[in-house]
Amino acid sequence: MNRYETLLLDTASRDERLVVITAENRGHMRTVPPMLGDRFIDVGIAEQTMIGMAAGMAVRGRVVVTHALAAFLTMRAFEFIRDDVAIANASVIMVGMVPGVLSDGNGPTHQAIEDVSIMRGLPNMGVFCPCDESEFIDGMRVLLESRRPWYVRYISTPDLAIDRVAFEPGVAAVVRGEALHRPNVTILTYGFLTRQCIEAAEELGRDDVQVRVVNMRTLKPADEKSILHAAATSELVVTVEDHLLTGGLASIVAETLMVHGKGAHVLTIGFPTWFTPGRLDEVLTNERISSSAIAQRIRQRLADIVHAAVKPPSSTHEVSHD
Amino acid sequence: MTVDERNELEQAALRVRQHIVRMSTNGGCFIGASLSCADLLVYLYWRFLNISPMTVNAEDRDVLLLSKGHDVPALYGVLAERGFISKARLKNHLSVGDHIYWHPNRAVSGVEFHSGSLGHLLSVGMGMALDARMKGLPTRVVVILGDGELNEGSVWEAGLVASALSIDNLVAVVDRNHFQANIRTEELVPLEPLAEKFRAFGWDTMHVNGHDMESLDECFGALQLSTGRPTVVIADTRRGKGLPSIEERADRWFCNFSPEEADALLDELAGNSRATLTSETLIVR
Repeated sequence: MNRYETLLLDTASRDERLVVITAENRGHMRTVPPMLGDRFIDVGIAEQTMIGMAAGMAVRGRVVVTHALAAFLTMRAFEFIRDDVAIANASVIMVGMVPGVLSDGNGPTHQAIEDVSIMRGLPNMGVFCPCDESEFIDGMRVLLESRRPWYVRYISTPDLAIDRVAFEPGVAAVVRGEALHRPNVTILTYGFLTRQCIEAAEELGRDDVQVRVVNMRTLKPADEKSILHAAATSELVVTVEDHLLTGGLASIVAETLMVHGKGAHVLTIGFPTWFTPGRLDEVLTNERISSSAIAQRIRQRLADIVHAAVKPPSSTHEVSHD
Repeated sequence: MTVDERNELEQAALRVRQHIVRMSTNGGCFIGASLSCADLLVYLYWRFLNISPMTVNAEDRDVLLLSKGHDVPALYGVLAERGFISKARLKNHLSVGDHIYWHPNRAVSGVEFHSGSLGHLLSVGMGMALDARMKGLPTRVVVILGDGELNEGSVWEAGLVASALSIDNLVAVVDRNHFQANIRTEELVPLEPLAEKFRAFGWDTMHVNGHDMESLDECFGALQLSTGRPTVVIADTRRGKGLPSIEERADRWFCNFSPEEADALLDELAGNSRATLTSETLIVR
């Protein structure tokens, strides 16, 4: 039994309200169906029906956790999420499988790399993108009590060697370089690529580039304080995400700096378009989001900033896509 | 059903139609579809559904959902006549100070779920029905579908799943008025043979004259709800029913009548001469 199955079954035994639904996507919870009885429902390959049903249950007091591939969950069923879950502010948690780069060899139809953008665009909706299994479990435990809609990027990768800060929506966690007073670089990231960012920071540290890594954890609510702090204390702010460059963390940072009238050098790392599918390690290399590629891009950008500083800057605000 | 009982229902339906006509001015409403389901809703709220203003939040209440939400003036009229909301409140139709507008909003007492985009509430109703079943409650969930709405694939996806999950406390009622917006259903995307389609999806099917209280009484009285299968009632109706001047007219689905026209239509409802309608008709194609 994996930790997610344990969490669902423990919660279900304490909380009569919990119902688990999948759209023929029970690979991560094989022991749950027989244990939950009629509180587990598999609707088949019917994402829209799953979300509509979940909303109908939630307005009658249920807490419903739904599961499907992230791409089909957020895009096939989008209008059902918008109309039936978000407008109703219903206690439905939508867990999307193989989000972002994790769809590796499936191809663009299966790539949920627009998911953060479209889900955070909905009023009432929260967005949680954990970096490893422990963070997923810790966060889900809180979300199950939250009585509001959430979209969650599922992840079951081995735990990172990081200090844990109790999960709280809208509160980011510094996962490397906490003690640095004025780091050269702050990387803001979330989800699967957090590991690559920590490794990139280690690599840069060996070259005396001081890097702090901040794991955003929830993209909505987003931790604006952490973003502003990064802008105020670092020479370069870097966003790293396995998401399109539009609408995700890069946009969140731009929006935050704009609203607060702050400027910063920002390097945005993400996908300009759907990525070329393949084995995960090859995708990371090919898309220049492996740890060494991230480190190299940061080094290059720092060099560009130093070079530009020789001449008077044309603008104090510089946000550009690498 | 006694003659008195039948008269009571028909009088209630007349009052609901009067409310609908009053909402078809000063901004207007989807009058055609509202009139086609008025008798149906009156029958269900007066004789079938276990729900009242006193039990509007009771866990074991029956639930009615309008999946084609644009017929909500009929529901507002019913809710006002049954005391869920005050009749005076209907005057707030389209006022930003209230929640009464062209599609249902759950903030109005007695409205169980919002709708507007078609093809949503069969699945929402399935969730409600399953929730009741899990809790061992006698709740029945009735979902009013438009026939034009049956173009939406999500209705049939939900229909397949309702059958797979044996949701037998679920009753879909198709307001079969043979129109979608400005076009006859059979001229655009033919639905017939409709009952056969539902039967092929594993549903029990029934037919009813959606404007005849005795026919409705017979149909819903004979409803079997522990069969392991969901039920669809196909209610034959006429769009604009009760107002010969707009009945079955393709161009009279959404109407924004002048106050004089609305008065003339109230006269027409009372059995007097047909109203002369000069306001613009809404033709999409």
